[in-house]
Amino acid sequence: MAMLELENVNLHLDGTPILNDLSMELWSGYIHAVVGPNGAGKSTLASAIMGLQGYREFDGRMTFEGEALKPLPVDERARRGITLGWQEPARFEGLSVREYIRAGARDESEEAVDAALEQVAMSPSRYRDRAVDNTLSGGERKKLELACILAMKPRLVLLDEPDSGIDVESLGRMKDAVRLLRDAGATVVLITHSSEVLHWAEHAFLMCCGHIVGKGPVAEVSGYFENKCMPCDHRNRPEADEEFSIERA
Amino acid sequence: MSGLDEIISAANIHAAARDPDTAHLMIGLNEVLSSRSVPGLEVQTEQAEEGVNLKFVVTAGTVIEKPVHLCFGLLQEQGIQRINIRMEVRDSAAIDVMAHCVFPYGKDIQHLMDAEIVLGAGARYNYFERHIHSDHGGVLVVPKAKVHVGEDARFRTDFELVEGRVGQIDIDYDTTVEAGGVMEMTAKVSGRADDRISIRETGQLVGEKARGVLTTRVAVREQARAEVYNKLTASAAFARGHVDCREIVQHGAFASAVPIVEVNHPQAHVTHEAALGSVDRKQLETLMARGLDEDEASDKIIAGLLS
Ligand SMILES: Nc1ncnc2c1ncn2[C@@H]1O[C@H](COP(=O)(O)OP(=O)(O)OP(=O)(O)O)[C@@H](O)[C@H]1O
Ligand SMILES: [Mg+2]
Repeated sequence: MAMLELENVNLHLDGTPILNDLSMELWSGYIHAVVGPNGAGKSTLASAIMGLQGYREFDGRMTFEGEALKPLPVDERARRGITLGWQEPARFEGLSVREYIRAGARDESEEAVDAALEQVAMSPSRYRDRAVDNTLSGGERKKLELACILAMKPRLVLLDEPDSGIDVESLGRMKDAVRLLRDAGATVVLITHSSEVLHWAEHAFLMCCGHIVGKGPVAEVSGYFENKCMPCDHRNRPEADEEFSIERA
Repeated sequence: MSGLDEIISAANIHAAARDPDTAHLMIGLNEVLSSRSVPGLEVQTEQAEEGVNLKFVVTAGTVIEKPVHLCFGLLQEQGIQRINIRMEVRDSAAIDVMAHCVFPYGKDIQHLMDAEIVLGAGARYNYFERHIHSDHGGVLVVPKAKVHVGEDARFRTDFELVEGRVGQIDIDYDTTVEAGGVMEMTAKVSGRADDRISIRETGQLVGEKARGVLTTRVAVREQARAEVYNKLTASAAFARGHVDCREIVQHGAFASAVPIVEVNHPQAHVTHEAALGSVDRKQLETLMARGLDEDEASDKIIAGLLS
């Protein structure tokens, strides 16, 4: 049985269809990627899986280990092991980095907080007491969020554009941190439009216009994505593309 | 335990109260319970019927190293305490004051404070006021201050009431800042049940390059009400000011904010920012996605805002 299953999910935002008959199966223990151009609906998909406000009403089926997710609020989903790293992480006035990491951590000890920071290449002595507000740069907040997720030891992690705002030097560390998550038993979904991040994954889904159009090994999906989706060759109708080379979903 | 011990204990300042190099003044109702001064700090006290009249002078050039502790205790369930303070921080002098207002049993009490604060040229004054109230809510607190910040002087005040219930609070601070002076006024208050919070802070940046920031953080829930009125005026070249008000409203509580910014000089600049509403959804959902339930998540966010 797949860990997460979506079957014919349709979701509207303000009357506009955003997810269209979307189906996918996520096998546990892998690093997956969901790749697609801007506006494909990737963040919407992540929000729907996490159960964020405004994304809980949809048609179709969504199950996590056989259990329907729809009735579960965000915290219940988190307690079952699902978590999300936002494309644009929130800021928290007055909340320290330490408190922020400890909020969701399995182990609240000082050592565990420091270890999580080190795993994302943030010096504990420099950051521990900083506030998670706008004095942290976008890239720093992105790394910090990943540190929180590492400390939480989740089972399914959705990372929305884990590379955004991350400098070249830190990018390798982010990739390592993603591997660490997987090695600790988490299933990871990297949401991205970057070919680089796509290559961190072991398996990929191609998303277009709110639909999963194909899936397969990263090399195949990335070959098609790089050649046909950037820029988009077929006005968002890859299913009509005769050269569509990857397994149709 | 004596009244003095109880006040020291509630304020949690045992070490400072014992330290011979730390000045303090402890008032219970209308009596001076204990006082200690340090060189360069002149203190005059005068008992009045319903309180005390106080005058502090920090002589020119004196820099008082350790924060001075002021305690205003009202350990009764009922009563009125009127405090009149004149604080003069003369040219190039510096002082930090921590005021502890301890009303742990109040059911029907009033604490009325009238302060006149004058900072000489190049002086520095940091005033931190912390309130410890009962959970009954029967407290009326009315702190009023008129502050004059001289040239190149720095005035900073933090007002915090986050322990026990507010009851009714009516803050009114008015500050004038001369050339090169700086003022920062921050008020952080949380209210619940039928608490009433009114914060009125005004600042006039009258001198060239005067700077000022008015910051307000309020969290109200249940039937509490908060009204914040911030006004900042800049009327000289290169005067710079900012008003920043954030209020979190839960349940049936009510909050309002009236930020007024005025500029009477083409080279002055004042900005304002106000955000009122429930706990930010994204912050809430971020913490919930780490496994906190909604209440735990909002408590954490509010605690951060008021910290
Ligand atoms: N409330 C809304 N009403 C209508 N359309 C919306 C609403 N919110 C989002 N959209 C649209 O939904 C589409 C999918 O948005 P989403 O953020 O999921 O895309 P994405 O694939 O994550 O894009 P990006 O790569 O830019 O992050 C976009 O075209 C967006 O404009
Ligand atoms: Mg997105």
